Amino acid sequence: MSHLSDRPDDAVVGRALPHESAALHVTGDALYTDDLVVRTPGVLHAHPVSSPHPHARVTRIDTSPALAVAGVVRVLTADDVPGTNDAGVKHDEPLFPEIVMFVGHAVCWVLGETLEAARLGAAAVEVDYEPLPAVVALTEAIAAESFQGGQPVVTRGDVEEGLAGAAHVFSGTTEMAGQEHFYLETHASLALVDEGGQVFVQSSTQHPTETQEIVAHVLGRQSHEITVQCLRMGGGFGGKEMQPHGFAAVAALGATLTGRPVRLRLDRTHDMTMTGKRHGFHAQWRVGFDDDGRFTALEATLTSDGGWNLDLSEPVLARALCHVDNAYWIPHVRVHGRVAHTHKTSQTAFRGFGGPQGMLVIEDVLGRCAPLLGIDPVDLRRRNFYVDGQATPYGQPVRHPERVVAAWDQVLETGEVARRRREVAEFNAAHEHRKRALAVTPLKFGVSFNFTAFNQAGALVHVYKDGSVLINHGGTEMGQGLHTKMLQVAATSLGIPLGRVRLAPTRTDKVPNTSATAASSSADLNGGAVKDACEQILGRLREVDAGRGLAWDDLVREAYFGRVQLWAAGFYRTEGIHWDSTAMQGHPFKYFAYGVAAAEVEVDGFTGAYTTRRVDIVQDVGDSLSPLVDIGQVEGGFAQGVGWLTLEDLRWDETDGPGRGRLTTQSASTYKLPSLGELPGELHVALLEQAHEDGVVYGSKAVGEPPLMLAFCVREALREAAAAFGAEGTSVDLPSPATPEAVFWAVERARTAGPDHVVDGLPGVVPDPPDPSAPALHPTSERSAP
Amino acid sequence: MQRGESDVPEPHITVNGRPRALGATPAHTNVLDFLRGLGLTGAKEGCAEGECGACAVMVARPEMPGDGDGSRWTPVNACLVPAAALDGQEVVTAEGLGRPDALHPVQAELAQRGGSQCGYCTPGFVCSMAAEYYRPGREDFDLHAIGGNLCRCTGYRPIRDAAAALGAAPADDPFATRCASAAPASVPTRIDGFARPADLAEALALLAEHPEATVVAGSTDWGVEVNLRGRRASHVVAVDRLPELRQLSVGDAIEIGAALTLSEVEAGLGGSVPLLEQVWPLFASRLIRNGATIGGNLGTASPIGDLAPALLALEATLVLASAGGDREVALADYFTGYRETVRRPGELIRSVRIPTPLASHTTFRKISKRRLDDISSVAVGAALDVVDGTVVRARIGLGGVAATPIRALATEAALEGRVWSRATVEEAATVMATEGTPIDDQRASAAYRSAMLGNALRAWWEEAR
Repeated sequence: MSHLSDRPDDAVVGRALPHESAALHVTGDALYTDDLVVRTPGVLHAHPVSSPHPHARVTRIDTSPALAVAGVVRVLTADDVPGTNDAGVKHDEPLFPEIVMFVGHAVCWVLGETLEAARLGAAAVEVDYEPLPAVVALTEAIAAESFQGGQPVVTRGDVEEGLAGAAHVFSGTTEMAGQEHFYLETHASLALVDEGGQVFVQSSTQHPTETQEIVAHVLGRQSHEITVQCLRMGGGFGGKEMQPHGFAAVAALGATLTGRPVRLRLDRTHDMTMTGKRHGFHAQWRVGFDDDGRFTALEATLTSDGGWNLDLSEPVLARALCHVDNAYWIPHVRVHGRVAHTHKTSQTAFRGFGGPQGMLVIEDVLGRCAPLLGIDPVDLRRRNFYVDGQATPYGQPVRHPERVVAAWDQVLETGEVARRRREVAEFNAAHEHRKRALAVTPLKFGVSFNFTAFNQAGALVHVYKDGSVLINHGGTEMGQGLHTKMLQVAATSLGIPLGRVRLAPTRTDKVPNTSATAASSSADLNGGAVKDACEQILGRLREVDAGRGLAWDDLVREAYFGRVQLWAAGFYRTEGIHWDSTAMQGHPFKYFAYGVAAAEVEVDGFTGAYTTRRVDIVQDVGDSLSPLVDIGQVEGGFAQGVGWLTLEDLRWDETDGPGRGRLTTQSASTYKLPSLGELPGELHVALLEQAHEDGVVYGSKAVGEPPLMLAFCVREALREAAAAFGAEGTSVDLPSPATPEAVFWAVERARTAGPDHVVDGLPGVVPDPPDPSAPALHPTSERSAP
Repeated sequence: MQRGESDVPEPHITVNGRPRALGATPAHTNVLDFLRGLGLTGAKEGCAEGECGACAVMVARPEMPGDGDGSRWTPVNACLVPAAALDGQEVVTAEGLGRPDALHPVQAELAQRGGSQCGYCTPGFVCSMAAEYYRPGREDFDLHAIGGNLCRCTGYRPIRDAAAALGAAPADDPFATRCASAAPASVPTRIDGFARPADLAEALALLAEHPEATVVAGSTDWGVEVNLRGRRASHVVAVDRLPELRQLSVGDAIEIGAALTLSEVEAGLGGSVPLLEQVWPLFASRLIRNGATIGGNLGTASPIGDLAPALLALEATLVLASAGGDREVALADYFTGYRETVRRPGELIRSVRIPTPLASHTTFRKISKRRLDDISSVAVGAALDVVDGTVVRARIGLGGVAATPIRALATEAALEGRVWSRATVEEAATVMATEGTPIDDQRASAAYRSAMLGNALRAWWEEAR
């Protein structure tokens, strides 16, 4: 067992504790960025002037009518930018664009004494546009070969040989929609100019360092002149990894030009129409199975809908390609990916980061092919699991594949799956208009940033003379309980009660050069750094103690008077990982997180409406650092995945009418999140036991993203329930999201044995081959400082 | 006496026990922004249209019709209500319920069970749950109380567990004892751009003077227009506390005052109209039903309002009041076009009348993407009188399939005089699927809407069998 993962007796980690801010949450005392506005005198409010066109050249901007509006102070345009007019790291994201690229794109920003003044000022700004042709639908982009960025290929073996040797070959296409983050707190920034012209930006950001860098380059300043603080976020889910930077930069620009604090908070409609979402994907696939239903080969082309610029689309695509295998061994693989360029918001990180989209492809393949193979889907999935000694298509050995089996067996047993499936069959035989189904799906998710450099973190730990401890680390808190875990790590490392440790908000002037709080890795990375800092201090204190066994407070006091340093900067980097993003080969992940879930649903044939009757989950989180937090992540991730797969329905106007390119689901009344009514009647969640993870802080594993992909069981159960309205062996092509309407039409097709869209035999649907002239992924495509 | 004279307080809201002057608050400023401007930033804006409940606060309201003279903590969406509309009223926020070192029982349960993750939606959940906690006569926690609160982090299980764990409020709990005395009376309010008249006569006079005025009750529709579409009114006239519009009587006809909230109508009818009993749980959320009025739902004349299809099936009529007197209009004749009606400028909906006896067989069917708290793709209200197995009278109202709510006249004809049987239902369902002129939009396709019309009858038959 490694030193890092070794857990002492009586550790504070492993205790089920409420969120460290729970008492502040429930009383409304927890402060979020926009709550600071009323506590800051003289604030100006920013409002965007938004494009009504999906693609157009801006030929004239007249801001003078806005300045005539009472309370309008200034209009920010491209001419005001002293540094670089770009909000991204790839120089494809102008902050004040000459060509607008999506409906809602901000042309300029109005600052007012009140939000009302800024809004009226924005309405008064005159902008002339010369409309340009727009690509809106993903399928339009594919047809027009409108792509951006690299086109990576993951290859192993020879797919032609694998398909030729298969007993069964099937092919088809799979489309899936994106997803709006709908963090309850919309994007918010508050910027002010500090002493000496330094700029202080409070931002709801998952990536304070990158926000700092973008603000600096827009202002033409050095990073040390800019400080970014994130108190906490009202949800992030990836939506605040890359997207906050431009808004922070506008606020900072306004503050430097006016000398007054500037607040920029998006209302929900602005947030939905201006900021990126989960990528929708389109996949063409061909798959071979042997007589036993074991994969022989998979050939697929995945195209993501990147929106108007690259943003994080390349690494999202890379992760999708690295997760198309999910938990299954596929001998011959060629999976190739492209990012479509469309005139929509710039799609971005969202919990799972392409992993869910890649996994959906293979789960869709299995769900559609199982009836055609005549194999029970539960058996089909089970018999394709990785076994020890096998590696992923990108060359990383799959360690601990037996954990998927253990979780699978536990779900089958504690969920009484065999008995309940018999009951489902009896129910279906007795009911003409309602059908049930019970499906089980596994998950394997790679943890670490694909891009190796991001797998580092820092922390700052202070021990004060009174023995109290203050910690800072590079990660941000968005509800995932990272700070709770870090407090537990510090208390465990130092061997002191939790009450002696406090955590200060994330700031770039405390811990520099941080990575985004993302990739589920933040507890691993920052936990390692916090522990390192604590151990440096402990090492010094041990020398002071010299075996006397002094009480903590006495020891600290003595150390101070002995002129011993009582604080330390900790650092951690993940060992043993490497990745070649050109060859798409390597060992990018520290480990895999595993899980299994089973869902039983009931579908009403008259409407397609459904209920989830019961869900059983077993998730591998290693030795949990904080079980209440981890179970919360498992349940919340699962619910968010169910939302993506069944309910949340982003619609864009793809017609040639005047609203072309407009997001038609741009508010909470048209875009529906899961509500209490979607909570399964019964929900059983267990954390896998005997799951110690060697080489990770206190034996734990990541938990942020993986549980989202547990939700595939609900989609597969809906598919099987729809199929139950048809004849035995009906293969159902189920759209994603599987809304009641989508399920209704699937039921209708099943009843009438309509086309299932799976092609049996070669050549079938032939995935677009890789373009040999296409660029590879940029070696640092996960992001790099400009 | 006018404001400013000695005994008349300036317009104010009592927030967490402390009077807070409205001062120069503009008429369009909502309660949420007013509270946040005071530094009470617990209530949050999540959607600004009453869908997420992050802004929920508790308001002391009169007890439900027939329940007594006390008051009742009523949670509402602060983002929808103009601050001026709460002049003289009492509001409690999450900050007022408890402090970090002295948590309210609802706060304690949520905190210790992992009911908050990011915490942004939490103060709203706290207020919705606390109001349910203090509901007079509560035995079990009604989960519909939090159906209008969205959480993006937890998946709701710990919140459901926290609700289930709540015991009874102690008798000496100050929020419980507050309920024993009357809620604050309605205060006539006149600020720039906002007026709350004292009675119907004054309201009608105001409307005669300002025919362009916007009439609001719960403001659950108007608040969305203000917040999301930037609409501003030169005059807002609040009618939700007019005593003449808050009567409820159940006799030869059922007469429901237009300014009663849907929650009040639900409680006041006490299950006496079974068709409406099916509507309530599917109509928006408790937070909305606590503000939205029956008159407002018909006044906005939305083609996708859920009450109109039900009331069309019940053959309801509207009593329209004006300075010239009252007139009664059948609901079927009321809608004239998209959000247009026969209501004249200067007229107010006084009440809704439902004739009795009620039909023997009734149903309400709502098709939506999300099961609860969603806007209908299609809504069907149906009322049949079946005598000796024969349909003698059929009335069916439809929403979401035309520019206005409509009656399914062809389907009614296909049912009347026929034996109530599977064959009749099948034939009528085929007719029903051709009713209206449904469109494709982001909620549903036209084909699905049509299919749902026919299937509404089929499903009803199957369930009733």
